[in-house]
Amino acid sequence: MQPAPSNAEFRLDLFAVPAVLVSFLLLGFFVAAKTPDPLMALQAWTFMAGIGVALFWLVQHYKNGIPDDDRSAYANDIVKAGVIASMFWGIAGMLVGVIIALQLAFPTIFYFPDFPFTNFGRLRPLHTSAVVFAFGGNVLIATSFYVVQRTSKARLAGGLWPWFVFWGYQTFILVAGTGYLIGVTQGREYAEPEWYMDLWLTLVWVTYLLVFLGTLWKRKEPHIYVANWFYLAFIVTVAMLHIVNNLAVPVSWLGIKSYSAFAGVQDALTQWWYGHNAVGFFLTAGFLAIMYYFIPKQAQRPVYSYRLSIVHFWSLIFIYIWAGPHHLHYTALPVWAQTLGMTFSIMLWMPSWGGMINGLMTLSGAWDKLRTDPILRMLVVSVAFYGMSTFEGPVMSIKAVNALSHYTDWTIGHVHSGALGWVGFVSFGALYCLTPWLWKRQRLYSMSLVEWHFGISTIGIVFYITSMWVSGIMQGLMWRAYNDFGFLEYSFVETVEAMHPYYIIRAFGGLLYLTGTLIMAYNLWRTIRGDVRASEPLALGPQMTPQLATA
Amino acid sequence: MDYDTISTFSKSWGLVYLVGLFLGVCIYAFWPRNQAKFDKAARVPLEEDDR
Repeated sequence: MQPAPSNAEFRLDLFAVPAVLVSFLLLGFFVAAKTPDPLMALQAWTFMAGIGVALFWLVQHYKNGIPDDDRSAYANDIVKAGVIASMFWGIAGMLVGVIIALQLAFPTIFYFPDFPFTNFGRLRPLHTSAVVFAFGGNVLIATSFYVVQRTSKARLAGGLWPWFVFWGYQTFILVAGTGYLIGVTQGREYAEPEWYMDLWLTLVWVTYLLVFLGTLWKRKEPHIYVANWFYLAFIVTVAMLHIVNNLAVPVSWLGIKSYSAFAGVQDALTQWWYGHNAVGFFLTAGFLAIMYYFIPKQAQRPVYSYRLSIVHFWSLIFIYIWAGPHHLHYTALPVWAQTLGMTFSIMLWMPSWGGMINGLMTLSGAWDKLRTDPILRMLVVSVAFYGMSTFEGPVMSIKAVNALSHYTDWTIGHVHSGALGWVGFVSFGALYCLTPWLWKRQRLYSMSLVEWHFGISTIGIVFYITSMWVSGIMQGLMWRAYNDFGFLEYSFVETVEAMHPYYIIRAFGGLLYLTGTLIMAYNLWRTIRGDVRASEPLALGPQMTPQLATA
Repeated sequence: MDYDTISTFSKSWGLVYLVGLFLGVCIYAFWPRNQAKFDKAARVPLEEDDR
């Protein structure tokens, strides 16, 4: 614990961060005034709105002098902001997911030709980016800032710069998301924002890396805890992936359009090298860091095997980076590269399951806690889903299986068993832990609502992934069916018609999952307010509430 | 540099590099003298309690 900074101390960051923000505000104004492109003007105004909110917030936060949070042993306000932002973006992103699922199920009802921003093609990247980068990204930034301070026994480095990371990231989400709606996209999967927002995100992300490294640099613990290794791999690799995948030449400095530095199959491979490692390092490594901190913390037991966690870490990161080509089976990509991607995907079974076993076995000797603690149950079920989807993924990367599964809904089902089951549940578990810890509450507002969230969302996931398995395998089989004369048995529209009932089931599953998230948001909001549900008095504790006794 | 050169290089040195890396990680993880350090590190999340 370092001594708290005194009020009289000169802090460069208090001037530097607002100066940087004001400079970008002026740059935004310059672009908005000069550009001949109305879309760019709208993007610039949106960017200025995001920066404006950041500046307004900073002024509010610092106008009465240095706030107490800046003097405390750990920076907590930034993590609190991250928890609230995660809840907000989670609801927004999942709501858009339900809307586009309904658009697929009922294309004539959800079709508004006069409002192009409601088109599936524009809403779909909004959904993926909002759940992955806005919800997932905020959970990762918030938990990493929380975990690195505790496990390093050092305050977050950089003074005001973590706030630049937070608000810069929200501004990125705002400009990118509204850009998709008005039709601004570079058409790269999970990397749709155009060149100027890619540059802005690079600036924000490098600052994030420096804040994280600076905190590790100041640490009082001799050893860097394994969760921080995973966070660091996530931050460094995402920076590398983002920069290489987005190498592009803008057509003009004041226009939205740019052209990629790559073309043809090289471009395809770059995109899936990025795309698959976005899964591997954003949605896996980062959330494994959450697993390695929050499961031991909530179970009050050290991780099952620290040595396994070291082997897990190094083998996972060195194998994952080669798996991308499995997205390009039977394409113009050379066969050896396809085989390489498939082989490394299968090798990934080992580190993935090693990590899963390490997470699950952390509960050995404390399995009874699963019965009494719904938060721990959520975290453990997330690890079980991690095991399931990391088993399914390598199976689907095998070329013979991929010939059936690729371009079908099976892929969508696989992605969502990972996203809803693993990423979603481990994030919810972390948010349920963090809220009472940060706001200094004895417990959540209601443990029974956590049970409801867990139950409703789990049923939602089951509806989602089983309907997509059936729909996807059926779709694949229909595409490859030949009749006795050697003609294709089914036309494309027949496959779409056959999938209709499964699309309805999928939308229903998504609706259940969103309902669970809304229950969580209500529960966390009441917890933040300091309420305790009257029918679940604190003295009883979670294990003695009647709802849990019957569960 | 043609396909055969790259393929031969990756099939030989690529294998040596990844197996060597894996062995190095295993030796570090299972080196007896590191045991106490790792046991201590594993307890880090359980020690600090500021709430």
